[in-house]
Amino acid sequence: MSSIATRKSPAVKFAAGAFLIIWLILAAFPFFWTLWGSFKVQGDFFSKADWTNAIFGVRTLVETGASFTGNGYHGAWVQEEFWRAVLNTGTVVFFVVIISLTFGALGGYALSRSGFRYVFWLLMIALVFRAMPHITLVSGYLLPFFEWNLWGHLSTTIIVLVAINQPFTLWMLHSFFQNIPKDLDESAMVDGCTRFQAFRYVIVPVMWPGVITTGLFSFLLAYNDFAVTVLLLSKENQTMVPKIAGFLGSTQEEGNVMFAVAAVVSATAPLFVLVLFFQRQIVSGLTAGAVKG
Amino acid sequence: MPHRTFFWFILPSALAMLLFIALPIVSVLMQSLYTEHEQVVREVESCSVFNCTTQLMVDNEATEKLYDEAPLGRFVGLSNYFNRAHLATTEVAEAWNTSAGLSDFFSNIYNLPFYRALAFTLSYTFIVTPLVIILGFTIAVAVNTLSSALKGPVIFFTLLPMIVTPLVGSLILFWMIDARGIIGASLQWMFDNPDLSLKASSGLTWIMLFVYGVWHSAPFAFVVFYAGLQTVPQDTLESAMIDGATRWERIRYVIIPYLAPLMVFVALIQLMDNFRVFEPLVSFNAGAHATSLSIIIYNDMNQDTKLLNSAATTSMLTVLGVAILLTPVLIRTWRDFNRK
Repeated sequence: MSSIATRKSPAVKFAAGAFLIIWLILAAFPFFWTLWGSFKVQGDFFSKADWTNAIFGVRTLVETGASFTGNGYHGAWVQEEFWRAVLNTGTVVFFVVIISLTFGALGGYALSRSGFRYVFWLLMIALVFRAMPHITLVSGYLLPFFEWNLWGHLSTTIIVLVAINQPFTLWMLHSFFQNIPKDLDESAMVDGCTRFQAFRYVIVPVMWPGVITTGLFSFLLAYNDFAVTVLLLSKENQTMVPKIAGFLGSTQEEGNVMFAVAAVVSATAPLFVLVLFFQRQIVSGLTAGAVKG
Repeated sequence: MPHRTFFWFILPSALAMLLFIALPIVSVLMQSLYTEHEQVVREVESCSVFNCTTQLMVDNEATEKLYDEAPLGRFVGLSNYFNRAHLATTEVAEAWNTSAGLSDFFSNIYNLPFYRALAFTLSYTFIVTPLVIILGFTIAVAVNTLSSALKGPVIFFTLLPMIVTPLVGSLILFWMIDARGIIGASLQWMFDNPDLSLKASSGLTWIMLFVYGVWHSAPFAFVVFYAGLQTVPQDTLESAMIDGATRWERIRYVIIPYLAPLMVFVALIQLMDNFRVFEPLVSFNAGAHATSLSIIIYNDMNQDTKLLNSAATTSMLTVLGVAILLTPVLIRTWRDFNRK
């Protein structure tokens, strides 16, 4: 497909290329810099003498006898028990994704198949809920949760994150289910299925592309959340993000910053893998929201 | 779908939202009308060999009993809203009467915690949002000129700033702009000023926070615009070309109007998200230079004696702000819906 309008002059190509190279450096360089630096000692990562020390690891060589050191990782994972936070994040993320998708698929399906006026209002209310800053909701939780002894447990945080996630999940799955032809489940109902059976045996098998895309965003919300997890979880139940923030509070000691750097790299790595495998779904998901929403 | 079936399908989702979004807002409203119990004070006489003195002691038991009876505290009506930590009406009135001029008035107001946070939150929202749209659009147009083999990797790296945890992303940036980090050191070298520190000046801290905001959100705008660009009608572009439109004119008069609805969508999402700016301020440890509404709520709750009522009051004011931001959108959607 090469129409005249899509043909580019070399000058334009050059300008676009140069701009993109600058942008890519801005977008990706910080991550590689931090990954590289996480294997150094603090004296190199924050070098007073010369910033190139962070690349060549001069102090690292002096202090540990090699150009790379895993001290930051050892300190974070073993000494500060970051693995516990990793397990907690795993639990929270797993259940949030499963429950959000179950609730969201049922609700989104209903919204896409009902022609009544209240559907519009429900979607509008969901939009308003989507706009609520999470921290304002947390300030509503604390007192009742303390009173009823619900505070600090992983299960409480899971259900809270599911609820916060619902408006977005509903919108997304609603627009996805609208693209599945109504005839499909209606013909199943003509054949004698109840509405739920039609959903279970006809819609569920074809809904996976949309559900996977929505699941990715639920995953990101639960994984990246700080406002809810930092205030609703007790110290031993902390997930990764509040744990990293906790490292910063106690960074006065030399070397502790490197624990935080190592933890940051550990927490970012899964996200890299996620984008690597699901790039297409993430792009299509954001687009679907835009075009339909 | 009959109402009954609809009800059962929507129930779990609606229940979750009702219990954990709608009711908490009610709870916030209630809490904002109460304040902490006053501590019960008792006079205790302690006698030594020479004389007896009476001391005032806090009676913890009696105070706790008060909380057991009325966990919300004591009712104070709207006075939380007008005290010094929030709208500070008395202080504002005083500043208005005593200030020499408008700039003096604003600098007095800026010392009040709520207005300080509001000033940063609004600046952040209304500076970052347009910049995100412009940068996202530029990247999308540039990526669109690439050959398809290059597009995949470029999109991969472009998505990273958006996907990464906000707290972590801002921490990474914060470490780099440290006076001993790579960006901080380079800037010192560039301006030939060894004392230059991005963390020490309010203005520079604000700018770095804006830079982080744009860096974090531009990929989102990019993805939406990039998808939109794929659907721009080629015929219109070609006819514009035949009519002698330059490249810039084609972008200005064909592509931008075509993408206008998407720009509104991105602007809406960005306004909502930027208004709750929170994590970067935590990572930047920027309390001395910049606070946001979310941050003052967080600070009230994240200390040993939790100021829940104060947090709730700020929360209500924040919700009010969100409502004001959303009203134009809701009105527009309502009109569109009625037209259908």
